[in-house]
Amino acid sequence: MNSLLHGRWPLPAAWRSPTVRPSPMPAQAPSDTGIQVRDLRVERQGRTLVDRAHLDVAPGTVHALVGPNGAGKSTLLSVLAGETRQNHGQVTWSGRPLDDWCPNALARCRGVLPQEAVVTFPLTAWEVAEMGRLPHRTPERDTPIVHECLERAGVLHLSGRDYRSLSGGERQRVQMARVMAQVYETGPQRPGVLLLDEPTSALDVRHQLRLMELLRTDAARGRAILVVLHDLNLAAAFADRITILEGGRIADSGAPRDVLVPATIRRVWGVDCVVETDKHTQCPWVRLRYGTPKPQCELEASP
Amino acid sequence: MSAVAPEWVRASPTVKPEGSRSARARLVTLSLIPAVILAAMLGLTTGAVAMTPWDVLRILTGQLDDPFLHEVIFNLRLPRVLVAITVGAALAMSGVALQGLFRNPLADPGLIGVSAGAALGAVAVIVLGTTVLAPLVLPLGVLALPLAAFAGGLATTWLVYRLASRGGHTSVATLLLGGIAINAIAGAATGMLVYMADDQQLRTLTFWNMGSLAHAGWALWAVSAGFVVLALAALPFIARALNGLMLGESVATHLGFPVHRIKTLVVITAALAVGASVAIAGIIGFVGLVVPHLLRLTIGPDHRYLLPASALGGALLLLLADALARVIVSPAELPIGLLTALLGGPFFLWLLMRQQGRLGS
Repeated sequence: MNSLLHGRWPLPAAWRSPTVRPSPMPAQAPSDTGIQVRDLRVERQGRTLVDRAHLDVAPGTVHALVGPNGAGKSTLLSVLAGETRQNHGQVTWSGRPLDDWCPNALARCRGVLPQEAVVTFPLTAWEVAEMGRLPHRTPERDTPIVHECLERAGVLHLSGRDYRSLSGGERQRVQMARVMAQVYETGPQRPGVLLLDEPTSALDVRHQLRLMELLRTDAARGRAILVVLHDLNLAAAFADRITILEGGRIADSGAPRDVLVPATIRRVWGVDCVVETDKHTQCPWVRLRYGTPKPQCELEASP
Repeated sequence: MSAVAPEWVRASPTVKPEGSRSARARLVTLSLIPAVILAAMLGLTTGAVAMTPWDVLRILTGQLDDPFLHEVIFNLRLPRVLVAITVGAALAMSGVALQGLFRNPLADPGLIGVSAGAALGAVAVIVLGTTVLAPLVLPLGVLALPLAAFAGGLATTWLVYRLASRGGHTSVATLLLGGIAINAIAGAATGMLVYMADDQQLRTLTFWNMGSLAHAGWALWAVSAGFVVLALAALPFIARALNGLMLGESVATHLGFPVHRIKTLVVITAALAVGASVAIAGIIGFVGLVVPHLLRLTIGPDHRYLLPASALGGALLLLLADALARVIVSPAELPIGLLTALLGGPFFLWLLMRQQGRLGS
């Protein structure tokens, strides 16, 4: 009935005009919310990059995508981000195929953090973060939003600096602030989604933890978060679900304790490990086996 | 759940946006308007016949009825000033648009061959317009020259863009090398046409190849100004998209911009503006490079301000350069293209030295 009334309109009725107060979304079956990927296949230059992929990212959850280099994680993410077109299969967001959405409406609820963004113009960190507000036409509230997002990403003190002069980790956090500013208005009543490609790759341990905690807060606000990670322990500690991708196919998907088992890790990454349970958080903790102790170089004692 | 404040209310509305330059950008853009008006007045008063601004104002409003001064203002100086404003605004804005498209501050309509392509189209009309191309040129009348320049500019912009862009990535080296090749090809073809030209055409061409604001009549100006206004009208629509493009094509896509359509629009508008300015004033280099660069240093690269500010800045620069060109070797005048090259060339070298190591490819 709802879909009959609204036709092909890509937004819930409450979204039609930014001046209308959002009313609670009608109750929907769980399968109609969040991101659904069904039987996805991506081929490029005769190579199959992603094959038969199924994925569900529910609102309010952090979903980690892990796997070896070249497993197709970024390709899968770029399909969800609308950059790459799939050869087969379907991606839906809030129950609607991605193609049915108007690009601007999608941009207001879907933030994407690429692995790297090259900037050739002298933009300040503030100006980069402010880019996240481009899909919105809300100049009166952009300043406080950008300010808060820079603060949450821990880069407010850098806002006047030239983006190109920042370190890799600082740039990553500024980009994270941009993405958060982009989906700022999303919440429990306005579904939002974050697609993050290795957001922790350039961060030190403290900022890795801060970022993952940030993602938990965002998930608690009702956003669906898909994050590509390499650190299995970060995924285990912060993600609700983990999907392991291997050679373009999904090797396993489920709760961390079900997925992160020595046999799977051994098969996918080819490394030995012991999986323990963290006493404090009850999360699985992957301890890699490094083989032999470090060989010590034996120097002859000088006379 | 009943009275939940919008989430953004939590953020303090009184924060001072450090690192945001929009307040300064607005101020600079607005202050350029009186500067352009003053420079236009300077252009109207300088020259062989001395006039005070007061005289000029009285002639323009019809209060001073001196046929000679009237002639000087309306047939000599006012057209020049209007052409300078049109051409300066067109070149600077297309410079900004192309730099945004290529995501490189070194893209200039002259450097990457767009001006040369437009010039080739225009020269073809001047030389072959009465013979080979007559069936095409004659029915178009005064439109033929700007249209030919537009077509030449469009073809080269498209070619350079296809050459330098592969899969969303623009190679600066390919861009500049492609520009060199296109400049050479278009230059050679133009040279062939010049070789075929008769004496009368030759005089037109030489003067025009160096860039000049002197030979424009009212009709040609009106047509070209129409072209430029068309291009200027499109640019504000793409300003936000050009901002998104600064973070790369994929990020611009994530921000909801129709990147492919925007790119086509930028190529067409830049070619329109460059074609129109080449048609009335010949090749005037470096305006599209120097003006946006200087403005980016002061107001930052936000295209919502950079585009209008560059239009004003380009008009200002050409008005001042034209006044200078008429004063230096008075009562004769220097071709303005020579003057901008003399000023812009060293500036470009300085830019290269400053950016060395940051350039990449």
